[in-house]
Amino acid sequence: MATDFTLNGKPASFDGDPETPLLYVLRDHLGLTGTKYGCGIAQCGACTVHLDGKNRRSCVTPVSMVSGRQVTTIEGVAGKEAEAVHNAWVAIDVPQCGFCQSGQVMSAIGLLRIKKKPSDSDIDAAMAGNICRCATYVRIRQAIHDAAHALEA
Amino acid sequence: MNAITPTRRNFLQSASLVLGMTLPLGKAASAAPAQSGLPFAPNAFVRVSPDNLVTVIIKHVEFGQGPATGLATLVADEMDADWSQIRVEMSPANDPLYKNLAFGTMGTGGSTAIGNSWLQMRSAGASAKAMLVEAAAKRWGVPAASIKVSKGVVSSGRRKASFGELAADAAQLKPPEKPVLKTPDQFTLIGRDTPRVDSVAKTNGTAMFTMDIQRPGMVHSAIAHPPAFGGTVKSVIDSAALAVPGVLAVKTIPHGVVVYARDSYAARKGVAALDVTWDLSKAEKRTTEELYAQFAEAAETPGKPVEKTGDTAAALRGAAKKLEAVYQFPYLAHAPMEPLDAVLEMNGDRLDVWLGSQFQVGELTAIAATLGVPFEKATLHQQFAGGSFGRRVTPAMEFAVEAALAFKAWGKGPVKHVWTRENDIRGGRYRPLAVHVVRGGLDPSGKIVAWDQVVAAQSFMKGTPMEGPELKNKGIDDALTEGIAESYKFANHYVGQHIMEAGVPTLWWRSVGNTHTAYAVETFVDQLLEMAGKDPVAGRLELMEDPRTRAVLARAAEIAGWGSKPPAGRARGVAAWKSFGSYVAQVAEVSKGADGLPKVHKVWVAVDCGIAVNPNVIRAQMESGIGYGLGHALYSEVELGEGGIVKQENFDSYRSLRIAEMPAVEVAILASDANPTGVGEPGLPPIAPAVANAWRKLTGKAVRRLPFAVGGRA
Ligand code: FES
Ligand code: FES
Repeated sequence: MATDFTLNGKPASFDGDPETPLLYVLRDHLGLTGTKYGCGIAQCGACTVHLDGKNRRSCVTPVSMVSGRQVTTIEGVAGKEAEAVHNAWVAIDVPQCGFCQSGQVMSAIGLLRIKKKPSDSDIDAAMAGNICRCATYVRIRQAIHDAAHALEA
Repeated sequence: MNAITPTRRNFLQSASLVLGMTLPLGKAASAAPAQSGLPFAPNAFVRVSPDNLVTVIIKHVEFGQGPATGLATLVADEMDADWSQIRVEMSPANDPLYKNLAFGTMGTGGSTAIGNSWLQMRSAGASAKAMLVEAAAKRWGVPAASIKVSKGVVSSGRRKASFGELAADAAQLKPPEKPVLKTPDQFTLIGRDTPRVDSVAKTNGTAMFTMDIQRPGMVHSAIAHPPAFGGTVKSVIDSAALAVPGVLAVKTIPHGVVVYARDSYAARKGVAALDVTWDLSKAEKRTTEELYAQFAEAAETPGKPVEKTGDTAAALRGAAKKLEAVYQFPYLAHAPMEPLDAVLEMNGDRLDVWLGSQFQVGELTAIAATLGVPFEKATLHQQFAGGSFGRRVTPAMEFAVEAALAFKAWGKGPVKHVWTRENDIRGGRYRPLAVHVVRGGLDPSGKIVAWDQVVAAQSFMKGTPMEGPELKNKGIDDALTEGIAESYKFANHYVGQHIMEAGVPTLWWRSVGNTHTAYAVETFVDQLLEMAGKDPVAGRLELMEDPRTRAVLARAAEIAGWGSKPPAGRARGVAAWKSFGSYVAQVAEVSKGADGLPKVHKVWVAVDCGIAVNPNVIRAQMESGIGYGLGHALYSEVELGEGGIVKQENFDSYRSLRIAEMPAVEVAILASDANPTGVGEPGLPPIAPAVANAWRKLTGKAVRRLPFAVGGRA
């Protein structure tokens, strides 16, 4: 039985094992490879997507769970928070290898949607699940503050 | 591998110049050999297209340290191009054109990317500019000397043309015999914070990595490796794996058991369902504790000397005060964010390989040879790589061979072979486990009169094609004792090493031997200075001879406000270390965290890496070296348990630094007119000893065993 859901605003369907985590459906079947695999066990955050607008680790989300719901990936994320985060990220060259960054960006956008002006400890809490092996953390923190600032203006 | 000055002949052989229409890269590269008989072959690094884009061909892999931006900057500056018209493209696997001038083959490592390319890429840019200027001079009938180039615009009086408009004419010209390079005062991009070329793609999810490659008819493969190093497959019961929906086949190769499936999830589920009987009769079965004990026993004896001045034993006997320490450093996994992966495909007799390869020609050669395909029929599609820290190439190229064998065993079309994080953490090729035994002595005045240090560790070069003459003939591997004898000189000074044997495969890991040598030396000297009643900075400055190390140390102390009192509950520690030709000093301010481990608030860094090509990239690499070094020093260890089986599996047990644990970082870059040296690794060695020195001040605990989570809680 196929699982139907909305992906980046368009109808999507997966006709396979409903236990398959969303991550692999996105990457291997639907061709959206911006969302990354880094651990498969909800430890690294590289696979972060938005499910009904909220941060979600797609590697531990069976596709059956998203049936009828809204999934947004790095390819489709939009809106003023997304724009502010993208701009802030590029302005100070946050990425190094880049492999974790889709997840970082999605988590940061998710944070700014619920917290207009996050403090350092809000950032620590919201971004705790996103590992960056290149340790771009100083800039991630800075870029989130910069994005929040730009949204205020 | 520092001070790379390619000879003129070398340069002419490797640098050639193509100016003209946008050629598909394969064509540009294959045109080159035919031209190589000419005195000035076309340049393989620059392409100007009529739409006015300048494409710079990048010979180094981009796995985060910024060489794509750096190399493009060198070309763009000499061309006087506008940064917005610059594009980059990864080069094909071609040693004559694209070898690392420090290695003799294509490769990225040892923080050599900018150093070996410094003159090569600038000359490529300068040649291109000279030809564009000549084309404009001919078109306008004016002397070349009257022509100016600025931000991609060629002009003479009121006449103006873009590079794109001149490209076709310039393509008809011969490259200049001796392209004139700028003097540093003429640089327009070098020395500035030029934006990275890859930031946009890596922010909006469009950057492509090997893991993202999709090919028509492609299947996904995953592998089960033996649970202990040196194990092999005895027998496999694959019925449960084959019953997993989406699983297509199970095959055994020398590296393990491979499951092929329609998606990577089914492949991994298939691996989990395998019932494999392993032959572990030849496996390494010692535990980490057993290895530590045996290595320590060896390190109590002198080993092979790499430094021998005076009579250390006598000086120690006569010393007024003595200190002795045994240091233990665990195996460490690199754990790049993108685990190892490759995509292979055959089309007729042609082989296509997608990889983020660290040694492009070596890996492509290994894959082609495994498949019996001539090298000329093999094409590498070089991708961004999601980190490496040394992991993406080994002397034996065994991942490339594994991927090729997995592809061959399937035999029905393209295969994407991807390691899981568990394969990665348990897959070996670790930073070698090491034991140091160090003894030091002071005379009554507090002068260090004796230093005796012996290191026991494995050599990952021994017996490989990359083995150097020192190792081959004398059995000395510089990586074991890297930098120890050069850091400080003492009247009675002994440094020795033992190359130990163990069945655990090891490898270079971000900054290689310096990962442990800097820690042992910089914590031990700190303690000796304290015993002598000396300040850690002033005491080091008294001992240090190298003016560049002294300068970074003094500068780091200055920006940290070293003499001032730290806030309550905090202490500062310092360390300075030269590696890969670059000099870095760091001051760390540390308090005691709730978990009994150091909480590092801030790190002040001073770095001298010669001419700073891109200060922003240098700062980023200092941050990265600090974060990577700190995370491992505090939390990480790959531990061999019962039967030699690795205890860690994934990021839950192989703990990574997270955002709340990242200190603020302030970087001072020393002005220099020396040729640029690397920054990918040198930021790492000082952080762990700087933190340990602060920690000892704060808690009285001298940490001899890493990580702190094991040997340093207070
Ligand atoms: S891949 Fe999902 S959290 Fe790591
Ligand atoms: S940028 Fe490399 S892992 Fe984050």
